[in-house]
Amino acid sequence: MPELVETVALSKHYPGVKALDGVDFKLAAGEVHVLFGENGAGKSTLITLLAGANQPTSGQIIIEGREVTLHSVLDARRHGVSAVFQEFSLIPTLTVAENLFLGDEAGRHGFINRRALTTRARELLADLQFDLDPARRVSTLTRAEQQMVEIAKGFRSKLRVLILDEPTASLTDRETERLFTLIGRLKAEGAGIIYITHRMQEIARIGDRVTVLRDGRKIGTVDARTTSEDQLIEMMTGRTISEIYPKIASNPGDVLLEVEGLRSSAGVHDASITVRRGEIVGLAGLVGSGKSELMRAVFGIDRIVAGTVRFKGQDVTHASPDEMLKRGLFYLPPDRKAEGLVLPFTARSNIALPALRAKLKGMFGLISAGKHATLTRDAAQHVELADRNVGRSVAVLSGGNQQKVLFAKGLGINADLYVLDEPTVGVDVGTRSALYALIKRLCEGGAGVVLVSSDLPEVLHLSHRVYVTRRGSIAGERHGTDINEAALLGLFFDRERAAA
Amino acid sequence: MTEVTEGNSHNILKKLFLRMGVLPVLLVIALIVFSLMSNQFLKVDNLVNMVRQSVYLILVSLGQMLALVTGGFDLSVGTILAVTSVTSAMVMAHLFAGDPNAIWFAITVGCLAGVLAGGVVGIANGVGVAYLGVSPFIMTIGTQSVGFGIALLMTGGVPVSGLPGELSETLGFGRILGIPIPIILTAIIAIGFYILMTRTARGNYLLAVGGNAKAAALSGVNVRTTLLLAYVLCALVTAVSGLLLTARVESGESNIGGTMALESIAACVIGGVSLRGGIGRVENVVLGAIFIVLVQNGMNLSEVGSYAQMVVLGILLIVAVITDQIRHRMIAGGSGI
Repeated sequence: MPELVETVALSKHYPGVKALDGVDFKLAAGEVHVLFGENGAGKSTLITLLAGANQPTSGQIIIEGREVTLHSVLDARRHGVSAVFQEFSLIPTLTVAENLFLGDEAGRHGFINRRALTTRARELLADLQFDLDPARRVSTLTRAEQQMVEIAKGFRSKLRVLILDEPTASLTDRETERLFTLIGRLKAEGAGIIYITHRMQEIARIGDRVTVLRDGRKIGTVDARTTSEDQLIEMMTGRTISEIYPKIASNPGDVLLEVEGLRSSAGVHDASITVRRGEIVGLAGLVGSGKSELMRAVFGIDRIVAGTVRFKGQDVTHASPDEMLKRGLFYLPPDRKAEGLVLPFTARSNIALPALRAKLKGMFGLISAGKHATLTRDAAQHVELADRNVGRSVAVLSGGNQQKVLFAKGLGINADLYVLDEPTVGVDVGTRSALYALIKRLCEGGAGVVLVSSDLPEVLHLSHRVYVTRRGSIAGERHGTDINEAALLGLFFDRERAAA
Repeated sequence: MTEVTEGNSHNILKKLFLRMGVLPVLLVIALIVFSLMSNQFLKVDNLVNMVRQSVYLILVSLGQMLALVTGGFDLSVGTILAVTSVTSAMVMAHLFAGDPNAIWFAITVGCLAGVLAGGVVGIANGVGVAYLGVSPFIMTIGTQSVGFGIALLMTGGVPVSGLPGELSETLGFGRILGIPIPIILTAIIAIGFYILMTRTARGNYLLAVGGNAKAAALSGVNVRTTLLLAYVLCALVTAVSGLLLTARVESGESNIGGTMALESIAACVIGGVSLRGGIGRVENVVLGAIFIVLVQNGMNLSEVGSYAQMVVLGILLIVAVITDQIRHRMIAGGSGI
């Protein structure tokens, strides 16, 4: 039986980077094949090549025994390959129906037959059991609903291969179940599914085989049901679990942060948490569940509508980021390019920025060049940022080094509480373990750490205590040995089906 | 071996380009061209004269730089010159006519009134951009029209005369130790700006806000007051330029600033200020302003007509912007994909 899709020595090179390096991959009919790996491992590159969104530098793509060249997404779709990417390809100002059949409109002589379009859209959505009105404008949909439209787009023509890139990242429990049912139906019909996920639970639930990628190379293909979580992580990172995640001593001291009944302009409500010195408190939950928004309200980015925030015993409910920094709360934003770094600045100037007023003044209130040099050098050394990178523009640094600069900004002001929002997103495993070692040092040195993360293994392995957020509120709290994947995921999802 | 040295010199040129922009190249070209076209050009008298002529543009360009590094610009600098000139001249002429003996009182109060008037335009710009969220383009082109209209209404378009002669004897043509007073004043202000930009938190904040306002805010920078400061300081330094020009022409003119917005932006961009904000150096801006005046002076000596000069200035601005984009791509492009 020929494979549905096969790649032979598939490679994609960019100047100086091998995004994909000689990957042999096989997808059989009727299987869910999970792609697993860190950010930058090559998963996305592989699927963009298979979906026709990008062309390989070398190697072959074979679909049902015939070598093909995929020039475009449309081309791939003609071969029965459809992809749902994480970044939506929806036009917000058009309706659901218009989006579903964009580039494939029914009609004649360039005129759209609106009625036919709506009918087709309604049929398609009904077939998928998606509860969506085809006439609605996409900009009015929630993220999960947009994801449903995106998935429905993949189903608009006869499907042989469906590629899903972290499709459940923003779906509720019920929507996820519906997607899994659909996947089951497709499998039964003989389609193949390539599925990217970071969630162990999903791999076990729907995966048949797992191919692990690292640094653009294929590490291996294993059976999804018989391979343990730790084995997969070790394949993914090339290190043992204990090498990546340090053992961090918990030594809870004075209460640093007390949040009570917080309600914010960004949708957080009735959230109460406590953070002490010398402990790492994890905040886990789905994207949009409020874990990030909670800490952004505490730091003064989002407006607080109700509730109180006390920091080191003082009421700081409506303090600005400026004031929170002065009081010793450092917030590390999740998107380093959008919110973290001043890109035209050197690493040195970025590190010094939060410390300028408080720590670097010398004679006549002018910035002391000596203090500036000492502080930035020390902070750079602590985060293991190489000397030659300190004077370079951060725009030219790698993601890992940029993240080190962000951490160094916090070290420079010597904060009491570090709020780290997705601290290791998009960094290589070497940098990752360096940053974890740093978090260990901060915590064991007596600072408090709040770890906001969508990377569940990170939360599981580093936190002493975990709060799980759901729908803008705290769904529960777990300590010590109660921190495990099943317990946390149980809190992630609404039990709305039981209620309904 | 040769390959290595070639690579090095290429790298040095590239680094110089990334740091200084296109200015050194243009400066050399201009010097060569004009000294070939006119034998007057390289004479000491002419060079000193050029520096003296440059001070007005240097001051405005320093102000413009503040707006540019925050990621905006100030198109109302011409109006600020006009408002300052007309206000200071009217106050001075009025006081001087009322009491011809109180010369210095009239000059001092007139100058303060002029700076105040210019400052008001700056506050309007700053409040509009920083607190009301109006785009710098709309805000400053709006105040440009409003201010210019008011200056014309105040004077009916006629130059304000009757100023005390002492004004031009000092701020216009005066010298201390043989150095023209406008040059001394400009040097002091330029040094002040240099200290502001390199040695104070506030100066660093101006750059940070332009480089990434969100990151700056999360690093404890008050973005609004920083933006307000940029536009107010820009207006104040432009107002000083307006006073010097008023003293030079010995009358209050509503038409003195016509091309100043264009010229000051050109001077900044040629001096390596990024139009995207976040990058700008005082010393390069001063050189950029001198370069613009040098080109104008050279064209005058080479008998290039004023219409053709407009063409050249416009082309220079566009070339500078294109080069800025290339430079930006080279700085950002180092990160690979």
